[in-house]
Amino acid sequence: MGSWGLIIALLALPVYYGLHDLIHGYQTGFINGHAVIHHDLTLLGFNLLEGLSNGAIWALIAIGYTLVYGIIELINFAHGDVFMIGSFTSVALWGALGITVATGPLGVIVGLVVVLIVTMLISGSLNVLIERVAYRPLRNAPKLAPLITAVGFSFVLQNVGLLWNGGNPVSVSDLVRQGDKLFNISGVTVHRGDVLAIGLMIPLVLGLSWFVNRTAPGRAMRATAQDPEAARLMGINVDHAISLAFMLGGMLAGAAGLVYALYENNVWYFQGFQAGLFAFTAAVMGGIGNVRGAVLGGLIIGIAQQLADFRLGAQWTEAVIFVYLILVMVLRPRGLLGEVTREAG
Amino acid sequence: MNELRAQINEWREAIAQRIPAAPRVIGGRWSRVFAPAALAFMIVLPFFFSSASGFMNATIIALAYVVMALGLNVVVGFAGLLDLGYVAFYAFGAYAVGWFGSSFFFNAHVSVLSSVAAGSIGIHLNFVLILICAMIVTSIAGVIIGLPTLRLRGDYIAIVTLAFGEIIGTLAVNGSDIHLGGGQTLTAGSLGISALDLPYFPGVGKFGLLSLRPWYWLILTIVVIVLFVVRRIRDSRLGRAWIALREDEIAAVSMGIPLVKTKLLAYAIGGAFGGVSGVFLADFNQTVNASQFQFTFSIFVLSMVILGGLGSIAGTALGALALSYINYYLIPDVLNTVPHDLGLNFDLTDLSIGIFGFLLVLVMVLRPQGLFPEQRRRLELAGTVASEQTELAGAGSASVTGGGGTGGGFG
Repeated sequence: MGSWGLIIALLALPVYYGLHDLIHGYQTGFINGHAVIHHDLTLLGFNLLEGLSNGAIWALIAIGYTLVYGIIELINFAHGDVFMIGSFTSVALWGALGITVATGPLGVIVGLVVVLIVTMLISGSLNVLIERVAYRPLRNAPKLAPLITAVGFSFVLQNVGLLWNGGNPVSVSDLVRQGDKLFNISGVTVHRGDVLAIGLMIPLVLGLSWFVNRTAPGRAMRATAQDPEAARLMGINVDHAISLAFMLGGMLAGAAGLVYALYENNVWYFQGFQAGLFAFTAAVMGGIGNVRGAVLGGLIIGIAQQLADFRLGAQWTEAVIFVYLILVMVLRPRGLLGEVTREAG
Repeated sequence: MNELRAQINEWREAIAQRIPAAPRVIGGRWSRVFAPAALAFMIVLPFFFSSASGFMNATIIALAYVVMALGLNVVVGFAGLLDLGYVAFYAFGAYAVGWFGSSFFFNAHVSVLSSVAAGSIGIHLNFVLILICAMIVTSIAGVIIGLPTLRLRGDYIAIVTLAFGEIIGTLAVNGSDIHLGGGQTLTAGSLGISALDLPYFPGVGKFGLLSLRPWYWLILTIVVIVLFVVRRIRDSRLGRAWIALREDEIAAVSMGIPLVKTKLLAYAIGGAFGGVSGVFLADFNQTVNASQFQFTFSIFVLSMVILGGLGSIAGTALGALALSYINYYLIPDVLNTVPHDLGLNFDLTDLSIGIFGFLLVLVMVLRPQGLFPEQRRRLELAGTVASEQTELAGAGSASVTGGGGTGGGFG
């Protein structure tokens, strides 16, 4: 019952709009004063593709939430703002490297790879620093105390962003010409931005899974998440393992920041707030502590967001996403793929 | 049975020996001497300031936040349900004034015990009636928000309440597109409903916008009532049930505490206080603007509760006063010109969220248990007690609570 209800709930929006397009059709423009009406699923496909691209960004951020929650059971409210700082850093970096729209393709690719690596390192280190200053001293404090320092750091980072780039969204140069069409999949045009977002997310997630599941530091991290006390007794440096989780989460947030800047072509000191909210929702929806769950949750939220933006109007997007979340929580209290935290073992 | 009782008594004695008497920061003397003195001071406070000063304005807002924080403390502090969507109750309270205390419903002509003449456009209820409406609406909203969280544990509750808060906020913003018929919309969206009825009490008269003193005494009265009520509830059967659920849900339920009823009452009662404060704040600001109902607000109030001392009534009130003064008085009014005086070319308000955030981090790192922690938590955190004894103290909390509860005061 629960599973079927869940599947029906999750598919409700896309199926509804698919049927709507097939039966009532949708209008793409005018030819000789007559509205052009189509009766196919191309528009829905377009929505889904855009949704996946957006979702790829949310997924990268959501992994940071899920790693940190899995290991120290803290909702890291500052994480969205680390993502924002990542965006700002990458824009500043490509400015410093002198990459502009006029730079040749090779220059752009090499330059952006450098920007990506440096941004990831900076965001990761920032996240580690936050953990060191604001969370580690509270390791044995009441459970909600670090939540407030997280909020505090989130405010501090927002203020940094505010002083850095001002109070309004700043448009940045469209380095990869993200709107250019690349190829068609049965009528749905794939743009460069989509390939960039999804194409960067997949290797990063695979790399992360490999690191967490196959390497010694990754195993130490998982052990700490499962039982910090036993891990300590086994000779694992718990502090290092926790720092590592923050490092990895911050790095992915930095990568997401770069993708966001290239994809949306603007940055804003407040962008981390909504991103953080959506990504945290994605992490919870997928099952907190579960990396695959975070990716799945991110993609679902991206699609829901895109459908709501496009079909209902952007002012309803948050409501749609949160109704989805409540449905998932009611039907599946531990998230779509199940949580991986201490109590659940 | 007798053996069990003997065993429990033995444990109690052991606890009494092992745990040094809880350090009484505030003892019985506080309630008898200091509380009336503090109250008298608060009552005469407005006479030392001009009636429209920035300080009075900040004080009134701070007291309204005290009510807000005490309400959230019921949910998060007493019952241990992390609520990140408290802004929903603020919104409901504010819309209670917007709907029932202005000419917003232009098709209606209702006036009940109000300063507005009968037959005027809109619904105009007396301020007290609006408060009651708000409490009813927010209690129901609390139950509705609470229902889906019953099956959830820990931080999942946080995200579901957050979701509700955001949905209510979105509805408020988009309410101007929701038509109820006759050209009437649900809310006025970000334009806001303004020109709200000023509080009016038969025999006392109508409040003015320029004289802040009546507003001050009104909110002070509300604060005193709420403090009294919250204290009585905490020490009641219901309050002890909340604390038992918070400490160990499974144990509490197996001892016969009704889970659903107890949890839902926490949301309902906590929500009702938020509604009261929302009514007051909206009326004081003279606008119900949908863009006020943001997640940040929930976080702001939660910071007050945790910073002050989760579960502690005095701590929560103190945290609310401290953070409100910092946010509404210290940074914008007092310290704003400091950089200029030092020869620097920026306003401190540019840094206000940063300073606020920095203070949150600093206070929490220095005092992880909050400014004024709950007595029970202070016991638990007493480092000299071995962990086994701490658990015993939790299990035998009846005696411990008795000590804390009868001590009196706002502890």
